[in-house]
Amino acid sequence: MSTTSPSAFATTDTAAAPLLSVRELQVHFPTQDGLVKAVNGLTFDLDRGKTLGIVGESGSGKSVSSMAIMGLHRGTNAQLSGEIVLDGVNLLDISAEEMRKKRGREVSMIFQDPLSAMHPYYTVGNQIAEAYRVHHDVSRKVAKQRAVEMLDRVGIPNPDKRVNDYPHQFSGGMRQRAMIAMGLINDPNLLIADEPTTALDVTVQAQILDLLQDLQREFNSAVIIITHDLGVVAEMADDVLVMYAGRAVEYGPCKEILTHPEMPYTWGLLSSVPDLTGDTEARLIPIPGNPPSLLNPPSGCPFHPRCPHREKVPGDLCRTELPLLVPGQRGESHTKRCHLPNPDAIYAAEVLPVIAPDLAGDTADAAEEL
Amino acid sequence: MLAYVIRRLFAGVIMLIVMSIVTFALFFASPIDQASFICGKNCSAAQKKQTAAAMGYDDSFANQWADFAKGVVQGRDYPDDPKLRETAPETIVHCEAPCLGYSRERGDTVTNLIKDTFPVSFSLAVSAFILWMVGGVLLGVTAALKKGSIIDRGLVGLSLIAYAFPTFFVGLVLYKFVAIKWGLTEIPRYTSIAEGGVGGWLSSLTLPAITLALFFMAAYVRMTRSYVIESFQEDYVRTARSKGLPERTVTYKHALRAALTPIVTMAGLDFAGLMGGAIITESVFNYPGMGKLAVRASSDFDLPTTVGLVILLATFVILANIIVDLLYAVIDPRVRLG
Repeated sequence: MSTTSPSAFATTDTAAAPLLSVRELQVHFPTQDGLVKAVNGLTFDLDRGKTLGIVGESGSGKSVSSMAIMGLHRGTNAQLSGEIVLDGVNLLDISAEEMRKKRGREVSMIFQDPLSAMHPYYTVGNQIAEAYRVHHDVSRKVAKQRAVEMLDRVGIPNPDKRVNDYPHQFSGGMRQRAMIAMGLINDPNLLIADEPTTALDVTVQAQILDLLQDLQREFNSAVIIITHDLGVVAEMADDVLVMYAGRAVEYGPCKEILTHPEMPYTWGLLSSVPDLTGDTEARLIPIPGNPPSLLNPPSGCPFHPRCPHREKVPGDLCRTELPLLVPGQRGESHTKRCHLPNPDAIYAAEVLPVIAPDLAGDTADAAEEL
Repeated sequence: MLAYVIRRLFAGVIMLIVMSIVTFALFFASPIDQASFICGKNCSAAQKKQTAAAMGYDDSFANQWADFAKGVVQGRDYPDDPKLRETAPETIVHCEAPCLGYSRERGDTVTNLIKDTFPVSFSLAVSAFILWMVGGVLLGVTAALKKGSIIDRGLVGLSLIAYAFPTFFVGLVLYKFVAIKWGLTEIPRYTSIAEGGVGGWLSSLTLPAITLALFFMAAYVRMTRSYVIESFQEDYVRTARSKGLPERTVTYKHALRAALTPIVTMAGLDFAGLMGGAIITESVFNYPGMGKLAVRASSDFDLPTTVGLVILLATFVILANIIVDLLYAVIDPRVRLG
């Protein structure tokens, strides 16, 4: 199962221990074609009041891991192992009923598309009040009043009227605000936001992110924000976890990862971000190829078939051996899964001049800019 | 809402008029010469002409249809012959509005024929409808909730078998074994409430209703199952779970509510379709319903009866459509009438 002792976090003082501690999490789905290894040994910590950004392409295991934290794989044929310790309790050990009681109360989730994530036949108020009533023994009236307060808190105008509207009568941004109200109504310690802005207009995205940040401060919740938008990560996250093929490939403080990425996949993600101030003639640089099959992942480093820098690694290491997630040249907190011996030098010499020529001269400035 | 209903009803009437013209035209174009059919084999040309004139068959298509339409609104006499009215009024049949025609074969107005047969078909349709809706939806939901289990596979398999057996076969098997050989029920013979009370009426319907319901039930089990399974894949079901709702609430409040909406549509239209009579079931059990009337009418070239039944069925289908649309607006807040 896990490499760490299972009870390590249950016994230590919870004030010192992180709120959420995921250890060697594996989520596998048996299918007719074989075992789909969606998440393979994911490990990270998250402190109260902090934000972790999980970045990666579709199919990299971001959503599957967050569903695992929510306990939403229960009742399916998914095979989970490892540890998910929330507030001293391993969520993989508790019963389905205990997990249900934590869901929505201690850990809640908001989803990508608020239109499909809300039930079309019930009013927004009904759905928010429902989330409150599951965990609080109050009357419908009190719960509805609470829903109105929450709608007001997330910035819905005329909340006492809008509470009776149906989701389709809300705009996209308002729906996501309502989802946030639903997620936070029980004041959870942990909020997972699965691509909360992807389905929204660009102008609304910033408002939603601001709202999330405000509320996080107010409620002192920890937030996991899942996204493929590095702009969102730069604005929101304290720590960043880059995922590829169900594994963490780079993990560290946000600023550190964005300014000194050491894994070619992270470079690729950074290269794919359009630069508003850049040359309009310049082309985006996509990562070549497609995400790997989770059924038959490539040997060695799963990124090697798409990696433009694999020739720089001596021997056939990239193809034969899975690199470990170990600290690189920049200290213990920044870990990466790559065989490249001198990633900083390659980044400064080859990658940065292409994606941000104006920053290439002075990487120290780059840190400030980002 | 009211404006919508009025508009739909108005459109429905226009559709009915078009329907009746088309039905009329089809029979007008049929190779059967009505006059010689009525007149018989040894009919001279003069006699034939006289018959045609008496029956109004020599009139133009437009006039014949106009007479029919007038009959629906005002009623009419058969034959509409002023001379005959003076000489032999007892040979004239008055057909009151809404008059759908006069069947010479049956010797009665179509409206009366329908009045006699409708209660049989309606009783059969309602009892079968209740059976198949309760059975089909409950079993379908059960199969979906136990997806992949023995129960699910058993139900899916059984419904495939039931769906594959033709209605006349099922009816005959039930008739032969349940009623005759094992004597579990009386020999099915339609008994109206006036004749046998509610009990007699219900027991007379048992076997035909089961026969008729079985096919629909099989279809509804499979349909309900797939809608419910699909509904469990929806994002809002995941949201409901992530709120920490008990699985019971997730299932009944969130998943089933959405899954059952399309079934209402199907049910309304299927029920309306049966209002025209269950032809095979009524024939197997020899029930004097509209289905049997329709079979006899078409094999006898009894055009007035056929046209009348077609128009009646069309009316039911149009009405059912309107009701289903209204129900949809009640069930689904996203649906706006207009």
